[in-house]
Amino acid sequence: MAKVTLVEAVTMAMDHELGHDKDVVIMGEDVGINGGVFRATKGLAQKYGDDRVIDTPLAEAMIAGMAVGMSTQGLKPIAEAQFMGFIYPMVEHIVCHAARMRNRTRGRLTCPLVIRAPYGGGIHAPEHHSESTEALFAHIPGLRVVIPSSPTRAYGLLLAAIRSPDPVIFLEPKRIYHWSKEEVDDDGEEYPLDMCYVIREGEDVTLVTWGAMMKETLEAADKLAEQGVSAEVIDVATVSPLDMDTIAESVAKTGRCVIVQEAARHCSVSSEIAANLADQGLYDLNAPVKRVTGYDVIMPLFKMEKKYMPTTDRILKAVNQVLEVS
Amino acid sequence: MTTVASFNIDYLQYLTPNGELVGDKKPPIAGDFDKLKSIYELMVLTRTFDTKAVALQRTGKLGTYASCLGHEAVHIGIGAAMSEKDVFAPMYREYGTQFYRGVKMSEVLNYWGGDERGSNFSGPQHDFPWCVPIATQCTHAAGAAMAMKLRGAKRAAVSVVGDGGSSKGDFLEAINAASAFTLPMVLMIVNNQWAISVPRKKQSSGRTLAQKGVAGGLPSIQVDGNDYIAVYTAVRAALKRAYEGKGATVIEAITYRLSDHTTADDASRYRPDDEVENARQFEPIKRMRKYLMNNKQWNEQLENQLIETCKKEVNEAVDEYLSAGNPGVASMFDYMFEDMPHTLEAQKQYALALEGSDSEEKSNG
Repeated sequence: MAKVTLVEAVTMAMDHELGHDKDVVIMGEDVGINGGVFRATKGLAQKYGDDRVIDTPLAEAMIAGMAVGMSTQGLKPIAEAQFMGFIYPMVEHIVCHAARMRNRTRGRLTCPLVIRAPYGGGIHAPEHHSESTEALFAHIPGLRVVIPSSPTRAYGLLLAAIRSPDPVIFLEPKRIYHWSKEEVDDDGEEYPLDMCYVIREGEDVTLVTWGAMMKETLEAADKLAEQGVSAEVIDVATVSPLDMDTIAESVAKTGRCVIVQEAARHCSVSSEIAANLADQGLYDLNAPVKRVTGYDVIMPLFKMEKKYMPTTDRILKAVNQVLEVS
Repeated sequence: MTTVASFNIDYLQYLTPNGELVGDKKPPIAGDFDKLKSIYELMVLTRTFDTKAVALQRTGKLGTYASCLGHEAVHIGIGAAMSEKDVFAPMYREYGTQFYRGVKMSEVLNYWGGDERGSNFSGPQHDFPWCVPIATQCTHAAGAAMAMKLRGAKRAAVSVVGDGGSSKGDFLEAINAASAFTLPMVLMIVNNQWAISVPRKKQSSGRTLAQKGVAGGLPSIQVDGNDYIAVYTAVRAALKRAYEGKGATVIEAITYRLSDHTTADDASRYRPDDEVENARQFEPIKRMRKYLMNNKQWNEQLENQLIETCKKEVNEAVDEYLSAGNPGVASMFDYMFEDMPHTLEAQKQYALALEGSDSEEKSNG
């Protein structure tokens, strides 16, 4: 079994599906011979040909529009937005067509497509390369928004996304593309969508996160363990639709919850989780729900990006606040 | 200085407004009177339908409706030139094309009557539904054409935009995609001179809109959009080219929007009456009737019979539409995903409970 990074697991999943389903095609800017700017499609054009791994003209609306058209005609396109900052010309097609094609035709036409985009900050990238705007898509009915936080889940969730009969926005936390290696068996086993994953069990506090913030959250959980605090860590994985049951069950056990996200705070996925806890889990809570998030500011250029992003210390501070309430 | 590229835009017309054939080469369709009579009948049916739909809106029985008055030749010309296996990506007023392809009049009414079931229409099941976000259908058609190309099928996709839509990125990006990938598609511009209140000349100072295709390296022509024979011939040739793997064509059909933009619009606010009156002498149905009469293929009696038949058919469609009922509360939820997330299932149960067990709507679901 190979030890792979998150981005290698992404490649493995696409390689697997290209090999097993002739309807799967990849399209995007530089996804061909170059293998993508992060090498997520490395070697795939060479292996499957430029009819299956398609370098497109530099036109994001066209990529998304064509993906809509291709998917209605039975293909399963995996379209790449080179960075999430360039996904916005695609939004019209995602919101006005992909998300609603099944509903508006009563199931006559469907859009089984995946839009992949590397997202998030922390890699010293230029302007427009570091934002986390998953909540924009999480708000849209008819979309699934999926974010892996480890190589195994990247492989399994991307397989499920490609096989999904409905559109999936698959956001890849590029800061942890190379963070850790895991043994990933290329067995074609998917990780189900629409559910959260409890990746570390604990008794005293529930830490809820997704994407690259998993790194700081796990570091915080390790430090808490040294202090004798047992933290349960949940990877939300599918941020829309949200599996609140898993989160609420955990909070029923621990009585305390801290939500960690890189995105700006206002109207975010953490807002939705906190609101649902206020509804479903208020009487299980021993302390207020705390959120550790980016600020409601423009994502700063890289000189200041570390000051914007939640840190392990900020998470620990929030956890200590909720632990202090007796 | 050297010229590295040059272009010209041809204009195709066979039928003059007086119904006379012009040009040296007569296309075979010009002599196929049985076919032309059936086309004429569909043109009249489409106009009868259109008139009725506007009346339904005026009497509160239909929502906002986009009329196709004056577009009958170009719309039906596209429909007749296409084959069933092709994919049609309309904007939102190409009923003539869609009727030719088997979409029912009651389904069009359902759509403008505020009912999603209208877009689950009859005819080729791979055709796209009406597309309100302007020009986005063009890149969808490019995607459909890409699917055909990858599968090696002798099929093509046909998209329609208006003169306003030709200003949008998706139209230009679709031209570019069709060029870069040599896609089997036809990009129609139905230039009816008005994008709601904005006249053609404000969309672009280019002499033609067809020449936008030239920028993408596509063969691009203008046709008289009120001349069925010209539209049919041009679209047919473009499709043949697409089937042969030679790529896409841009066709600008010149016509005129004789109606308001939609029933929510009042064109008298921005458009002089004499311009509309002048345009009526070029309209397509009169022209086709004259051609058929000039050739002793049509007469007053046939015309009267046709009008009666059309009225009857339209009234039946209206009855069907008016008796369709509501799609039901469950239907808001049931088509969101193939596998309904349990959070959505909970919302559905909540909404159904609000309806009560004896809801009339439920029985129509």
